[in-house]
This record gives sequence, structure tokens and C-alpha cells, in this order.
Amino acid sequence: MKKRKERIDRGIKVRSSDIFALLSWREMLYLAAPRLLPVVGCLVLPLILGAYWQKVLLSVAVFALLAISWDILAQTGMVSLGQALFFGVGAYCSGVMNHYWGLNPLITIPVAAVMGGLICTLLLLPVLRLRGIYFSMVTLIIPLVLVRIIEATRIFGGTEGLSGMTPLPSKWIELYLVMAVLLTALFGFRRMMDSDYGLVLKGINDNDRSVISAGINIYWFKAQSLFIAGAIGSFCGAFMTHVYMFVGMPVFALDYSILPIAAAVVGGPGTLAGATLGAFILVPMSEALRGFGGLRIVLYGVFLVVFIVVLPEGIFHFIQRKYHQFERWVEVEK
Amino acid sequence: MTAAPILTVAGLSKNFGGVRALKQVSFNLMPGELLGVIGPNGSGKTTLVNLITRFVKPTSGTVSFKGEKISHLPPHKIVRLGIARTFQMVKPFYQLPAYKNMIIPLYSPRMKQLAGGSYGDRNAMALDLLEEVGFERDAFVAYKVAGALPQGYLKRLELAKSIALQPDLFILDELFSGLSLAEVASIVPIIEKIRMAGKTIIMIEHRLKELFRIADRIIVMNYGEKIADGLAEAVMENETVKSAYLGTEAD
Repeated sequence: MKKRKERIDRGIKVRSSDIFALLSWREMLYLAAPRLLPVVGCLVLPLILGAYWQKVLLSVAVFALLAISWDILAQTGMVSLGQALFFGVGAYCSGVMNHYWGLNPLITIPVAAVMGGLICTLLLLPVLRLRGIYFSMVTLIIPLVLVRIIEATRIFGGTEGLSGMTPLPSKWIELYLVMAVLLTALFGFRRMMDSDYGLVLKGINDNDRSVISAGINIYWFKAQSLFIAGAIGSFCGAFMTHVYMFVGMPVFALDYSILPIAAAVVGGPGTLAGATLGAFILVPMSEALRGFGGLRIVLYGVFLVVFIVVLPEGIFHFIQRKYHQFERWVEVEK
Repeated sequence: MTAAPILTVAGLSKNFGGVRALKQVSFNLMPGELLGVIGPNGSGKTTLVNLITRFVKPTSGTVSFKGEKISHLPPHKIVRLGIARTFQMVKPFYQLPAYKNMIIPLYSPRMKQLAGGSYGDRNAMALDLLEEVGFERDAFVAYKVAGALPQGYLKRLELAKSIALQPDLFILDELFSGLSLAEVASIVPIIEKIRMAGKTIIMIEHRLKELFRIADRIIVMNYGEKIADGLAEAVMENETVKSAYLGTEAD
């Protein structure tokens, strides 16, 4: 007897998404839980973790933001291999402002985010017309070129970088600042991508000719998406500059380009929540594997492959499906 | 007709590498006219549309709309002047409900121009427009995901997207292709309605019978050249056309 899996939306899913009739507290909770969980998690985690894992949490949040930034670009049809560009430009912006002009980190971080976003948009503006792998290659090359420029011209401290940055006032401000930004970015940009504006951005990815034929200038919209993603990435760089109290050539490292992509793919591309979830799994996993010494990267790689093979849709999509639908086996009709 | 032509195409040519896809095509289009463009596969019909809407840059020649040269403008600016086109291959957002597919044209800057800055709820406008092209409101067809709709509805969706832009000139690229007779018969009244509103239409078609019934004028293309231009009956009688295109069918 052949059987197939049948998936049916849970009653509560149908009621809450179509006619919005909630019957009980339990149903309220069903709707609220997926939103409350990350909020509560992000607010409570810094309190219960030890000093070491608090540092890990910082980099988790930063990679989650980079993955969100990558995902916004990907949803607009621009697959970037160079989140390190955004990260590095933001890091140098705030580093320079702090080192040469002595500005307070609470000023340099937001200013560097906006400035970094603008610089990245301007750098990539000439290649906005490129599609697919051609655009990706350019994003991969630009950070590598910038590193060599810094090395060759010895600007901004050259190979030594700039050290002695002002740290943020306290580690609690560090933790809660990045958590607040992460939650705002996650929910804010998710809302944006679900709005009519987001639909236009996704339309560019899906069928750009159809968007042009609506009289919309897709390059203007792509530039906006680039600015948003660039600003998020630059915030990360600027923030980490003040956490490490150092900015140098490693800010353009490949890690900042590749790990966010891995996080978005493992977590589930196309949903910013998936990208965040991916970072919350991959970064701590990489830390936990430190005990294995040289084999760490091998195990990490194996885990990545397993995730991608077993759950190609991404962890978030899998959880979402289980949450909203139930499955049962039914006989296949002849 | 004494009015000035709404669209003037003069000496339009396009070379793709060594291939001359379009050779010196010229014609005028009067306001309110329904022009049919026919020709065998590869004769340059879609290239003509792409050149008028500037999705493809012409090698030489000019296009003027309402007396102004438009062949140097980028495609999105041309749409904003009031030329809307449909695509031969419909490619909607398959995972979204049909009415959500209307959001992108309704988001167009042209809507802001027309409405003077303020306009209503896009979802409600989308549902109204879709009802106009035959998405039965009572049957909630507009709420179905585009992926679940038959081809006939997808073509109507494509048409609704161009109607949403309220253009003065519609360019419909093979709207009838892949549709059953009944489906075509249900779309023809929508086109007649657009025409009654005084809009100008260019239709690229392979379905000659249906086209000849509604078109005022026919242009026949072959190997990138315009080989005939005139009333449907006259074009049918033309010897060059017969040998180039209709010949095999007329036998």
C-alpha cells in the first residue's frame, strides 16, 4: 500500500490568518509565541550567560544582523558575496571618527552606519545593472581590493590598523544595544518586506522586466535596498570596532562574507527570521567545537553539509511548517 | 481623421550582432486605432514592441509619442508617459494571491501622477481592477494564488496590470496565445471596452481570425520588414503577404 504525506493547516492558523477570530487565550498565545519567543530570548540571554558566552552572544547578534542584511539583498535579487565590504567600511568609518576626531562611540556608531551605507551604495552603484553571479563577483572583489589599498597606501594605520578605540560605557550597554538593534531590524525589516514596498523589491528578484513595465525605476529601488543592507552591515562593523577597541585589515576578512550566507541558508533564506535563527545556531556551534582543536573546522563543515542535505528548505521553514500545519499519512488512490 | 498621430515610428532598425532583426520599420498610429501586427515566427514583432517600449535600444530610427521623441528615454519613463505593455510569457508571483500581483503596477509612480499624490487602498483597487477583467468577485477568484489559476486568468491578470497603469497606448504582445477559443471570446469584450474608452491599442497576434474581427488596421511583418499595412481584407489580398505568410494557409 503506497502512502503519501498530507499537510493540512491547523484550524487556528486558518482562523488567525484569514478571518482573525481568536477564541481563547491559548489561541492568542499561538499567535504571540513566535513573536514573543525571540524578544524574550534576546532580552533574557545576556542575563543568564557567563562572561565568555556573553562575548559569543555579541558575535551571534552581529552575524545575525549581517545575515539579515544579506537576506534583504538576496530578496531584491542581488546575491552578495561581500558582506565584509559593508562590515569593513562601517568599521573604518567609526574607527576613523573615533581615532582622529575623538568622537563618542554613541555618535560614531549611528553615523558610521548611515555613512557606511552610503559609501557601499556608491561603490556598488556602477554595477547595479549586473545580475546574478556577475554582481556577486564584484561584491567579492571590492573588499579584497580595499584591503590591498589600505596595505599599500598605509592610510588609517596601514597593516597595523588603528587601536585604542573608546569602548562602549559598559558591557550591558554593549549587549543590550546590539540586541535592541537586532530585534528592531528583524521585526522592522520583516514588516518592510511584507509591505507593498517589499513586494516591489521582491518583484525585482522575481521578474524585473515586469517591474520596469509598471514604470518603476528598478535601479533606484535596488540602490535603496543596497543602502538598507549596507547600513545594517556598517552598523555591525562600527559596533565591533568599539567592542574590540581596534580596527584593522581583518575587518574585510572573508568570514564576514561567508558566515552570514551560511547562516541564511541553514536558517532558511527568504525570511529574515531564518537568517537570525541560522546565526544563533552556527556561531555558538562553532564556539562549542573549539575543544576539538584542529578538527573543529572539519566537524563544522560536516554539520553544515548535514543541515543543508537534511533540511534544504532551511530550519526556519521546517519549524514554521510544523507549527502551522499537521501532517498525516494517507493512502494513495489508484 | 484629422488628429495628429499618437505614435510615430520612423525608420526603426535593430541589429543583434550580424542579425538584422528589424529593418527600417515606419508607421503612424492615430488615437483610438486598434492596430494588429502579424507575421511568422521570428519576423520581428516582439522586437518591435521591445524597441517602442525601449526594453531594447534601437540601432537607428526614432519613436515619437504624442509628438515627443521617446526613443532616448529609459523604459520606466516611457511607461510613465502612458504606454503600457503586456508580456507574451506571463510570469506572475505564483505563490501570491492574484490581487497581490496587482500591487506592483499600483505602486507605480504613474499612479501618483494620475491621482495627484493621494489614492486609496491598493488592495481594494486591485480587486476592482481584477473584477473588470473577469475575476468573479463572488467566486473569490482574485484571492486564489496565481499558481493555481488557469492560463486564461493569468493572461487577464497580465491585461489588468496594464489597465491599472491607465495608459493611452496599450501594447498587447500575444495576449491570445495559448488560450482556448472560449477564453479568447471572453477576453475580446475587455479589449473592446478599452477601445470604447478611446484608448489606442497595438496587438501582436498569431490568432488571425480573432484579430481580424476587432482590428482597424493590420501590419504584416516578415524578416524584420513591414511588407503590408492596411485594412484586414486588403492585407489578406496582398500577394506578397500571401506568399510570405498566409500562402500556406490560403491554399
